[in-house]
Amino acid sequence: MRTNSRKTFLSREQRLGLWFISPWLIGFVLLTLYPILATLYLSFTDYRVLSPPRWVGWANYRELLLDTENFWPSLGNTVFFFLELPLALILGLALALLLNQKLRGMTIYRTLFYLPSIVPVVANAMLWLWLLNPEHGLVNTGLRAVYIPAPAWLASPLWAKPALIVMDLWAVGGSMVIYLAALQGVPTSLYEAADLDGANAFQKLVSVTLPAISPVIFFNLIMGVIGTFQYFTQTFVMTKGGPDKATLFYALYLYQNAFQYFRMGAACAMAWLLFLVTLAATFLVFKTSAGWVYYEGER
Amino acid sequence: MKHKTLSGIAGHIALIALSLLFLAPFAFMVSTSLKDEKQVFTETIQWIPSPIHWENYPAALLSFPFWTYLKNTLMICVGTVNGTLVSAALPAYGFARLRWRGRDAMFYLMIATIMLPAQVTQLPIFLIFRSLGWTGTFLPLIVPSFFGNAFSIFLLRQFFLTIPEELSDAARMDGCSEWGIFWRILLPLSKPALATVALFAFMGAWTDFQGPLIYVHDEAQYTLAIGLSSFLGRHGGQWNLLMAAATVVTIPLIVAFFFAQRTFIQGIAVTGMKG
Repeated sequence: MRTNSRKTFLSREQRLGLWFISPWLIGFVLLTLYPILATLYLSFTDYRVLSPPRWVGWANYRELLLDTENFWPSLGNTVFFFLELPLALILGLALALLLNQKLRGMTIYRTLFYLPSIVPVVANAMLWLWLLNPEHGLVNTGLRAVYIPAPAWLASPLWAKPALIVMDLWAVGGSMVIYLAALQGVPTSLYEAADLDGANAFQKLVSVTLPAISPVIFFNLIMGVIGTFQYFTQTFVMTKGGPDKATLFYALYLYQNAFQYFRMGAACAMAWLLFLVTLAATFLVFKTSAGWVYYEGER
Repeated sequence: MKHKTLSGIAGHIALIALSLLFLAPFAFMVSTSLKDEKQVFTETIQWIPSPIHWENYPAALLSFPFWTYLKNTLMICVGTVNGTLVSAALPAYGFARLRWRGRDAMFYLMIATIMLPAQVTQLPIFLIFRSLGWTGTFLPLIVPSFFGNAFSIFLLRQFFLTIPEELSDAARMDGCSEWGIFWRILLPLSKPALATVALFAFMGAWTDFQGPLIYVHDEAQYTLAIGLSSFLGRHGGQWNLLMAAATVVTIPLIVAFFFAQRTFIQGIAVTGMKG
């Protein structure tokens, strides 16, 4: 009876399609949809794992929003880290433009710039702890050689975040490769037309190249915003949020709530706030992008 | 013409300078890994230590159960690669080669999940695995990979779209089922894309830190990433040993990258192209 009604409800094509996507679909229901709703429910409870969750209404959210000790600093640090996005955009794009000049040995340079981004996160964290060592690290030895004052980097509340940004920029090769692929996809006819109009290199960059690759810039920007909110392993391994909470990032504080203080309810509330902020950020970037993102085939 | 060569030379100089800047950390890592304590803490940097202390490598690898951690990591990697391949190819076919109502809605839903922060689902998933009694095993790290990773599905779908539809049509004329087309025509043609997906899955599992951090507690089950961070905790300050360990963990990925460079770069380009 049941199978009969399903047969009329779904066409043969639909059943076949759903069968093929079923690994993902089942995973979506069990490992995405259900957990999102469970996170929402738990965010309104007091839940310390060992005893069953107890409904507390908005208490977790209220406590978080009043928590100037950890929550707001963690949010502030994360927002500060957004500084990295324009820097990574400029550096990644500049490298891609340099590599796009059809010079000899381009693939070798591409490989070299890309290599840092495949270093495993923990090994990378160890390497940079050493590179940024205030006394004997490569960075400060280099700075002292050219008489630039050398900060204490990860030991200084002021310089810890910039240190992590520098470390991340070393791995900019990942986005460089994406920009490079996009640059190589820009139709040469556009450049020929600009040449006919007597455009110089800078004008071609601004009015041909950048508009043509704007969807890719846009994509990287969204993923960057989301990635920043999830920034975790580096701080967990390198600084544990210190010094003086300077690197207590949102994802780190969320983890501490869940797995160190066993305040699952509060952690779930943070997760849902993160979900809302991510949605809002993505929406905002989408909204403002209408003015500056150019999609081919769009009239 | 002269202008062209001049700007070419300038380009090369800029690229060489930047390459040195990007390579310096690697050089510093390897160089430090070959020094003894005295050579590490010198006023000016000695790039090529003399004498070279190769014994740091065996010393670093013997000071923690490296081979056990390697075995654990490889077990998780192999499981994850298998799961990802099996569960990405089928949905990719359903999204790329079949026409059915609701397909595009499902596809956008899947793309949207790429943007979902892991933290939003992580805690209930942890609680599920905990109630199944799976914490302290590798199951929570492997089993989810059998349920279709959106990024991998997307990458394979993009590749499937480039294979001419006529091949499928001809097979359909001959009475081949969709499964047969998928298994006998599409998959054999998609080896490069499957290799890319496998490579990314392998790299993801190899470097994953938060997963094992949450689910693995027994030292005998540590992965290299976790083992490395506890090694850092115990040997803080012994930079020569730390750098030797970091080098050992990094090298397999660099080797994998050199063997599969094209696969790699194309894969990244595809995932980045269409947002």
